[in-house]
Amino acid sequence: MKQYILKRLGLSVITVFLVAVIVFFLTHILPGNVARQYLGRGATEEDLVEFRRVFGLDKPLLSQLFIWIKDLLQGDLGTSMQYRGPVADLLLPAIGYSSKLAGVAFFLIVPISIFGGVIAAMNRGKKIDRVITVGGLSAAVIPEFVWAIVLVLTVGVTFQIFPVTAFPEEGNRGVLNQIWHLILPSISLLLVLFGYIARIARAGVIEALESDYMRTAVLKGLSRKKAVTKHVLRNALLPTIAVIASQVPYLIGGLIAVEIVFNYPGFGTILKGAVDARDYAVLQSGVIISSLVIVGFQLIADILFALLNPRIRQKVSE
Amino acid sequence: MSETPTLELRNLEVAYTVRGIDRQVLRDVSFSIAPGEAYGFVGESGCGKSTAAFAAMRYLPRNGKITGGSILFEGNNIVDMSDGQVSDLRRSAISMVYQNPATALNPTIRVGDQVAEVFQLNGVSKSDALAMAEQALTRVQIADPIQVLRRYAHQLSGGMAQRVVIAMALASNPRLLVMDEPTTGLDATVEAEVLDLVRELRRDTGTAVLFISHNLGVIRHMCDRVGVLYAGALVEQGATADLFNNPSHPYTVGLLRCIPRGGLHKSTDRLDTIPGTPPALGTKFDGCVFAARCALAEDKCQSSQPQMVTIKGNHVARCFLSDKASSLPRSAEQIEFASQSATTAHEVGETLLNVSHLSKVFTQDGHQVRVINDVSLTLGVGETLGLVGESGSGKTTIAKLVLGLTAPEEGGVVSLDGKGLAKTLNRRDVHDVGAMQIVFQNPDQALNRRHSVTRIVGRAVERLRSFSVSESIDRAHELLSGMRVEATLHSARPVQLSGGLKQRVAISRAFAGAPQIVVCDEPTSALDVSVQAAILNLLVDLQKQDKTSFIFISHDLGVVRYISDRIAVLYLGRVVEFGSSQRVFNGPFHPYTEALLSSVPNFDGSIRKRIPLTGVVPSPSNPPSGCVLNPRCPRKAGSGYETLCETEEPNLTEVEPGHFMRCHIPVAKLKQLQS
Repeated sequence: MKQYILKRLGLSVITVFLVAVIVFFLTHILPGNVARQYLGRGATEEDLVEFRRVFGLDKPLLSQLFIWIKDLLQGDLGTSMQYRGPVADLLLPAIGYSSKLAGVAFFLIVPISIFGGVIAAMNRGKKIDRVITVGGLSAAVIPEFVWAIVLVLTVGVTFQIFPVTAFPEEGNRGVLNQIWHLILPSISLLLVLFGYIARIARAGVIEALESDYMRTAVLKGLSRKKAVTKHVLRNALLPTIAVIASQVPYLIGGLIAVEIVFNYPGFGTILKGAVDARDYAVLQSGVIISSLVIVGFQLIADILFALLNPRIRQKVSE
Repeated sequence: MSETPTLELRNLEVAYTVRGIDRQVLRDVSFSIAPGEAYGFVGESGCGKSTAAFAAMRYLPRNGKITGGSILFEGNNIVDMSDGQVSDLRRSAISMVYQNPATALNPTIRVGDQVAEVFQLNGVSKSDALAMAEQALTRVQIADPIQVLRRYAHQLSGGMAQRVVIAMALASNPRLLVMDEPTTGLDATVEAEVLDLVRELRRDTGTAVLFISHNLGVIRHMCDRVGVLYAGALVEQGATADLFNNPSHPYTVGLLRCIPRGGLHKSTDRLDTIPGTPPALGTKFDGCVFAARCALAEDKCQSSQPQMVTIKGNHVARCFLSDKASSLPRSAEQIEFASQSATTAHEVGETLLNVSHLSKVFTQDGHQVRVINDVSLTLGVGETLGLVGESGSGKTTIAKLVLGLTAPEEGGVVSLDGKGLAKTLNRRDVHDVGAMQIVFQNPDQALNRRHSVTRIVGRAVERLRSFSVSESIDRAHELLSGMRVEATLHSARPVQLSGGLKQRVAISRAFAGAPQIVVCDEPTSALDVSVQAAILNLLVDLQKQDKTSFIFISHDLGVVRYISDRIAVLYLGRVVEFGSSQRVFNGPFHPYTEALLSSVPNFDGSIRKRIPLTGVVPSPSNPPSGCVLNPRCPRKAGSGYETLCETEEPNLTEVEPGHFMRCHIPVAKLKQLQS
């Protein structure tokens, strides 16, 4: 098992490194003169040279890459061109905010979607099954920022049930109140991801319901409810876990859009600002961090999957 | 019998709803099982055997429903019971064991917890339940119960998993045990052990048993009474010996004649078949359900439904012509054969295939596993070589080595017509590839679902004979017609065909390149006996016609005996006995062959003393020293050769002309021990 984790970890490191290299080159092939853009038309040639020197843009591309990665490894995310301050000061608080939103969203999405899938599977072919599967799929085709706007306009503005901003005012930032403000953005993410996760959970449960071991359990004399909780869920949710992990990139992508709609000072808002301002250092670090998160979740999912499945667990420990 | 039967079905009708229409699966089925009695069901697949078994548990598929009649368990109708009451019964009084023990166990829960669950359901605490689970496993003769309790399903062998399932079924001390094909898919030796176990447990507990099997030999050995199901109707019922000795329904007669029973051989006997196929689910009948396939059928059989008539005592048959049933004419091909075989005696030509010193080593988890060890065999023109042995003995690997699907180790040579062949398929030329083809066990998986039958066969012709497309389509039609696949089916896709027809298509494809040798890997194992008989007849015909040679692999020793000229018995990748079909089956036997043969339940009902193989098949990664059989050998003890057996591996030596054995004990001594 240890070996398996180490192997996975090694692969993850390689993935992140490759992402870093690709991102570096992608940002540097963006057209335009960065120094001119920041310093404006009035800047002299000396100013431009000085700007390039400060931000290391005068060095050959490969050594820029080398320096950047060396700095990253030392925890130095670089200097923002736009704000002229360390990127870390900018990104870290934003990541903190985004994690809160992601956390609330995650705890809302995963149980609700799985529950929906299980209910649909247990009532296969009935009306409630169709409502969940068709409804979930229909909701998923509408992008999250559209949902966000619709939600703000209806339950936020018209009915005034939920606050329309995601961030409570100064002096009223208790934990519960913060969560309360994050529910509406989370729902817009839920609406997009629910259909997908619920379908996978439904398929897993149906497969397990029709399995021979489920039959064994029922013929042993277990009630249907007990047989489902004891024999079906664990087997059924195995594939669902892998799928949820694979949905994390969508969750992060969705966060960016939703944060902007709700004017939430998270990672997405900062990243969008960096794109607009062509702020290389922020952009690069932001992408590296999100790839770290995605790869990290994939790793966790793989390990969970192995832990829950004795067949894999044994194979990897042999 | 004044005693209340343990199980009684009264006029039971079950229907499955398929595309909105109710299709009847069981028609007016009535029978009863007395306490302590074993009742067997036989019939082709799709005739309602399993449905009847599951109905007894009141466990029908989602689209199944009971449309009439009653199911009485100890006099109480379980059709009317609430779900809770049925669960109570399943918990305490009725249990079931079914085919595929490996999937019947939950893959993510330890075996021990699953067995303990039965006790916990009856109110026992977790720790006590685990202790009781240990006893339950001991009861089914699992040697190391504590170890097994901690394992997961995938870590158990098939026989072990079935023992666990049986242990679970017996845990509640049920008064009725329903067994649906409990030994299908298990090796003959394991099957024999499981059946012995069931018989012993039944003796000890007095449990009533409902036993379903397609294997009539097994039914004959296990059951007191037998019912024959056809198209969901009970057509004959009686005490086992009565029914087998004096079958009184034409269907039963036909079914019994299909089986390649002991002594039949392709050179002298042709197998009977039942023409046609069982009716589709939910077919409606005016007359007798079997009339359409019955050679005796008269007008009244088509128009009115026969009632059960008493033959003798409690032996009954649902047939107007039960007194004539035994005179059921043999199928037409049979008669044709009789006239043919008088003129063309079966003969084996000169050596075609020569396999020498084949070995194969796999690397598994860093260990070297020698799955095939120095195998040498020959095959003549028009000859059938049977390969038998338990699973893991290397039958299929030998076939793969011969075909070039996997390369043998250095020193192994496969030569055809005196010419050495390249080790792997991709280095053999088209002629050599076409010369050796294979027919698999499961035609479902071997045929491309998206292609039509003609295309499947046509492409093989195109590749192997370098014919043009139109030529190869013509040839494909010819081949298919030769295999008795009707022209109307040539454009069908495999999914539209029955199992037997699919296997005919697979055989057509194998014959596309005009092969000299066809490897048949369990070609009839997934088929019903009547279809099996037809396929075996076809293979025999093809052999006669084209002088094709076969390498025939099967776990069914009756089938191998029928079709083979010579037989190689394999154990742990070694040939332990090699000789004519006659010699191998009539003795003197190699001790392993002897044990293998004795484990097959005899179809004619004669009791043969079983010579058990003790212990499990050793892993080929760590074979025993000396003779590989020695730890399990039934003849080692007291033979006087114990030390030799344990230290030195015997050679394959010719003990009689053309009869080879790998054993230290001299053949005269074996003969004496076996008489």
